[in-house]
This record gives sequence, structure tokens and C-alpha cells, in this order.
Amino acid sequence: MSQENKAIQPEPYNWFTPFNILTAVVLAVGAVLTFMRFTQGMGAVTNLDNNNPWGIWIGFDLLCGVALAAGGFTTSAACYIFGLKRFHSAVRPAILTAFLGYALVVFALHYDVGRPWKLPYPIFVSQGTSSLLFEVGLCVFLYLTVLFIEWTPAAFEWLGFKKLRTIVVRLTLLLTIFGVVLSTLHQSSLGALFMIAPSKLHPLWYSGYLHVYFFISAIFAGLSMVIFEGTMAHKWLHHKMDDTHLAEADGVVLGFGKAASFIMMGYFGIKVIGLAVDNNWHYLGTGWGAWYLVEMIGFVLFPAILYSVGAREKNLKFIRIAAAWTVLGIVLNRFNVSLVAFNYHLPAADRYFPSLSEIGITLFVVFVGITVYRFITAKMPILYEHPEYKDEH
Amino acid sequence: MSRRKFLGCLTAALGATTGVRSIAHAASNKHFEGYPDSFGVLHDSTKCIGCRQCEKACNEVNELGSPEKPFDDLKVLDTRRRTDEAAYTVVNKFEPAQPGPKSSPVFAKIQCNHCQEPACASACFVKAFKKDKTGAVIYDESLCVGCRYCMVACPFNVPAYTYNDPITPKVTKCTMCHPRILEGKLPGCVEICPKEALVFGKRKDLIKLAWKRINEKPDNYIQHVYGEHEMGGTSWLYLSGVPFDQIGMREDLGVTPAPQLTSGALAAVPIVVGLWPVLLTGVYAIAQRKDKIAKEEKDAAVKEAIDQATDEMNKQLAQLKDKMTKEQQNAVANEVKKALEEAAKKAEAEAAAADGEGGSEDAPEAGKEDK
Ligand code: SF4
Ligand code: SF4
Repeated sequence: MSQENKAIQPEPYNWFTPFNILTAVVLAVGAVLTFMRFTQGMGAVTNLDNNNPWGIWIGFDLLCGVALAAGGFTTSAACYIFGLKRFHSAVRPAILTAFLGYALVVFALHYDVGRPWKLPYPIFVSQGTSSLLFEVGLCVFLYLTVLFIEWTPAAFEWLGFKKLRTIVVRLTLLLTIFGVVLSTLHQSSLGALFMIAPSKLHPLWYSGYLHVYFFISAIFAGLSMVIFEGTMAHKWLHHKMDDTHLAEADGVVLGFGKAASFIMMGYFGIKVIGLAVDNNWHYLGTGWGAWYLVEMIGFVLFPAILYSVGAREKNLKFIRIAAAWTVLGIVLNRFNVSLVAFNYHLPAADRYFPSLSEIGITLFVVFVGITVYRFITAKMPILYEHPEYKDEH
Repeated sequence: MSRRKFLGCLTAALGATTGVRSIAHAASNKHFEGYPDSFGVLHDSTKCIGCRQCEKACNEVNELGSPEKPFDDLKVLDTRRRTDEAAYTVVNKFEPAQPGPKSSPVFAKIQCNHCQEPACASACFVKAFKKDKTGAVIYDESLCVGCRYCMVACPFNVPAYTYNDPITPKVTKCTMCHPRILEGKLPGCVEICPKEALVFGKRKDLIKLAWKRINEKPDNYIQHVYGEHEMGGTSWLYLSGVPFDQIGMREDLGVTPAPQLTSGALAAVPIVVGLWPVLLTGVYAIAQRKDKIAKEEKDAAVKEAIDQATDEMNKQLAQLKDKMTKEQQNAVANEVKKALEEAAKKAEAEAAAADGEGGSEDAPEAGKEDK
């Protein structure tokens, strides 16, 4: 017994890795900026103004955050609803990331809204049901709850609460369906938010189908994010993974890559149909058109092809590159809708560019996420199955 | 027509419209024609001289504090401004490319237009904005979370935000002097305007008045009452001698009321909530069935394999048994044979001892019989 203990005793943890130092710096700067934001107001740390009420806190923290956390519902739907059991080992990491992603979105919103302590108002005090933002808020609130419940088995295993764990595991299918419904609603509503401002968003990005575009792009964003994160985790957390996880990982990458390539091709198709329906072809010849083509060809069509080639030739490297590329593409798209093509009619002097402090807070939020992720994967059975619950599914 | 005359209808109108349609109409898809006796203001930019008196009155009524530059400093007009927390209304100066009947410049006043179906109200997720029966779009600071979606939504770029207030930041915009209207007074800007460039009255009367002015002097005006239909109509209405886009007002807003822009996306909610669970359960059932069928097939295959194996084994067993029985019998036979042989030998020996001859043919015969 004592010998065994010695064997698994971890080596003394080295706190001073470059990444840990970077984390510490970002978190410290974030703390200072947080203090400024809440004592001197938003004006002290942001470049927001009356013409540009939404900046990167909405564009990145909310829009990209939610889209990239879509891996949670896509993976659990694939595994539990579509019965693709071979993706099982991908579910827990995806659920965890989604849960963290949404929690961070809510965390970040505290900086962006004027009176964060009123964030429960739309749900509990005065419901503005005609607002798409109400729908987003309600769904995010409910989905965060669902994700939390979906994540608890890992924590219960860690803590050894067997009965509770069994109860939650029995709810899996119900929770998954609930999650898909809620995700469909709020992923699409995030796009629909901008439908109220046709006079402000450039016609190449404005569309009556904006909600459909956002929903479909969220699906492949989620798939790509699962691959991308998996790649990162393999690099840094390889030792945490069990044999099942390692054995299934390549299959997950291949399967998800293939699915992503199909969906992205479809997305490209309906975007073209959208162009035709609104008859926006003539804008393609302008500078905005060039930028639009960069997004569509460079960051949708290209990674889609890369995905399909990778899936056909079973080239994992291609798929991994395509995944990272697609993640960038989603960020680009959300930025275009919320920041770049938004307010396109304003003179250059009135346009928005984020301040360093705004970027600082955003980095802070991202690093908080990474730190919590590292903590949880270090402690709980996320990348491996708890020995007591093997072979259960 | 004097503005005092409009004032006369005021109290009666207020009494008549209580309680009607007090629910936020922004939530429905139907085009809201506006409260029947709601008020509005007509701004006739051909009469406006850019004296900034309205700005001053607004500042006083709303207690916005002393301005950076005094209101009689007309140099302020040289830069284009927008509304903000310190100014709910501003007048801008324009030098239109195509001068109107009046020699340039042209002055245009901006403030909240108090839309019939306000984008801000439709966008607000806590109903902090409300279209009042007076026509005013009023804001309730106590509900506002400060998400600023109203600012994103407003097609006229009106609402502003107090970004530098950490504790009680709020959205600021023209209130149409709602409290003063309730007291039977005119909005501050209307009251002070020295040129009667602003007229307060019932919206429907103002539209008539506007068209009357256009029709009486068609050369003086563009044939368009701005705000009659823009974004579904606004309570503030404008007349101009030059195209509106030359005095800073967008002409490409369309006539669709803001709530309709998002009604399609909102209508998807019940469909998704209703259909998805059914569909997904179906998909789940199919996936399960697929698994089940696969399992059945597998089971069948396994069974067959087992059956075959069992047959095979049985055969082998039978053979083995045969063989074993034979061997056993052989052994028995051998023993018998041995015993017989021994007996025979003994008998022979005895016989040899007795008379030299004995019958030993029986023993091999017994072995043969057993086979
Ligand atoms: S002008 Fe803007 S702020 Fe005023 S009512 Fe219309 S949408 Fe609301
Ligand atoms: S900022 Fe306030 S008033 Fe404006 S939409 Fe948000 S909650 Fe409503």
C-alpha cells in the first residue's frame, strides 16, 4: 500500500511555468481594471459611446463566447440523441467547456451592463417579451442551469455521492433535449438581435435570415471548438486521459470534422441564397464586398474544403488546422456583425475601436476560464472515466 | 393655427384615453396605428432660425446643468452634434447642396421622435420603455439594467447613456416633456420657440396641418412629411424645403415598424419549443431502434454460431463417448480376455498337469462379440 502511494505521488508542482506567470499577470491586471470599472464607471475603461453602445464585451465575450460553447449541445445531442456512442468520451469535456463558457458569458456581462445587480430583472421582475434579448437572457439562464446539472455527475463522482449521481444520470436524455431546444433558441436569437437595426448593419451582413445563419454557424463552431480544444488538451493534459478517451479521440476528430464540413458547405449555400434573395450582388464589388468575400471564402469555404479533404483522407492534421481556422472564422463573423459592419454608415471619426482596458478585461475573462478549466480537469473525471463507473453506458 | 388652440384639446383627450391599450403593443405583430388622440410636435425646418432657444429650454426643464458653451453661442452650430446625457435635443446647421426656397443654411432639430411603435421599447428586455397614451415614449430608470440594446435598436440614434456613472447609470433621451403635458403645459422647446417652427398638437391634426402647409406653398416644401410613415410613424413630424437626407435625416429607413423586424424570429420560438422535443425524441427512438435491430441481428448471429458450435460439440461428444465406451469395453474385454487367458493357462497348466490337453478357443470369441 505504502509503495503504491509513493508511486502515484505527483512530482512537486512547478508554479513558475511561463504560462502560469502569464496567467498571474493577466489576472492581476484584470483585478485592477475591474476595480476601475466598478468605481469609476464604464466610461473610464471603455471606448463605448452613444453611437456605439456595444463593443468587444458584447462582440467577443457574449457573441463568440456563446457560439464557441455550442460544443456542449452538439456533442451531447450526437451521443445521446443520435446514438453515436463512439463520441461518448467527448461529451464530458464538451459539457464542461460549455458550462464554463456560459458561466463566463454571464460573468463578463457584469462588466458590460450598467447595473449588473439587476440582471435577474428581465426574468423575475419585468419581462420584456417582445425583445430578442429577453429570449437570449432567459435561454442562457435556463441553459446554464441545464449545463450545470449535466456537469454534476463528474463532481459527484469526485466527491463520491453515488445516489445523487445516479439520479442525474437518469435525466440525461431529458436534459439533452432541453439543452438542444434552448440552444437553438438563443443561438439564433443572438443573430436576431441585430434584425431590429436594418439601417445600421451593412446589407451584406443584415438579413431576414440572420437567426438561421447564427444557429447553423453555431453548430459548426461548436464542433470545431470540440476538435480544437481536444487538440489543446491532448497537448497539455495527455497524462489525464484514460485509454478509452485516447482510443476514441481520433474517431471524434474524424467524425466531427466530417460533420462540420457538411454543415459548413450548407451554410455557405444558404448564405449565397440569402445574397440572391436580397439581391445584394452589387455590393460585392465594393470594399465591403471584398471583406465579405474574405469572410465567406477565406473562413467558411476554405476550412470547409480542408475539413472534407481531411475527413476523406483520414488526415487528422488537416482537420485540426481546419478546426482552428473555423474558430477564427466564427470570431471574424461575430465581429463583423456586431462591430465592423455595424454602424457602417457613420463617419470614420465616430466608429468604435476597443480600448486597451476593454481588451484587458476580455483577456482576463478568458484566462479565468482557462484557469478554472485546468483546475477542474486536474481534479475531476473529465478526460477519463471514474474507475467505479466504467462500462455503465 | 396657434399652438394655444391645440392645447385646448389636451385635457379632454387625456381623460378619454385612460386605460385603453395600455399593454405594450410592441409585443404584437399587428401594425399599431398609435393612440387615437396622442400628441406630437411638428418641426418646420423652413421656419427654424437656429437660435438654440429650444436647447436652452430643454436644459432648464430637465435640469441638465450648465452647458459647456452658453446657448447664445451660435458657433457651436458649426460642428455636427448628437443628443447625449447633457442635451436631450440639439439643433444642427446644414448647407444643403441644392438650396431650398430659403437661402441656406437650414437648421434641423433632433431629439427622440417618440415613435408610434418604438424600436427602443420593442428591444428593451425589461419593458423600461413605454409608449404612453399621450404619445410620449417614456423611460423608467428603476427597471433599466443598462444593456443599451435600446441604443442599438433606435433607428434615429437618439438614446444616450451616462457611461461615467458607476452606480446609477441610465439611458437619457427627450421625454416629450411628459410631466408637463400631464400638467396641461406645452413641451419646453415648443413653448419657447420664437418662430413657431415647433407646433404641438394631436398627431393626426399635425399631419393635416403639415400637408396643408405643403399644399399651400408647394414650392417651399419637399412633398413629404417626415415621420408620417418612417419606421411605422413617429409622433414628431418634420417639414423641409430641401431633401431630408441633406439635413441629416435618413431617408432609407423604410416604413416597417420596428417590432415587425424581429417578429419572424420571435415567431420561431413556439415552433422550436413545440417541434424540437418531438423531433428529437423521434430521432432518439430511431437511434435506439437502430441499436436494437443491430443488437437483435448480432444476437441472432451469435445464437446461430452457438447452435453450430453446440452441434459440433455434441457430435464430438458423442464420438468421444463412443470412443470412450469402446475403450472401456475394450478394457473390460481385455480384462476378461486376460482373465480367461489366465484361466485358460491355469486350466492348461492344470490340464497339462492332469492330461496334457485343454479348450482355450473361447477367449478371443468373447472379445469379438463385444465389438
Ligand atoms: S426615436 Fe428612438 S428613442 Fe425615440 S421612441 Fe423612437 S426608437 Fe425610441
Ligand atoms: S438599456 Fe435599459 S432601457 Fe435600454 S434596453 Fe437595456 S434595460 Fe431597456
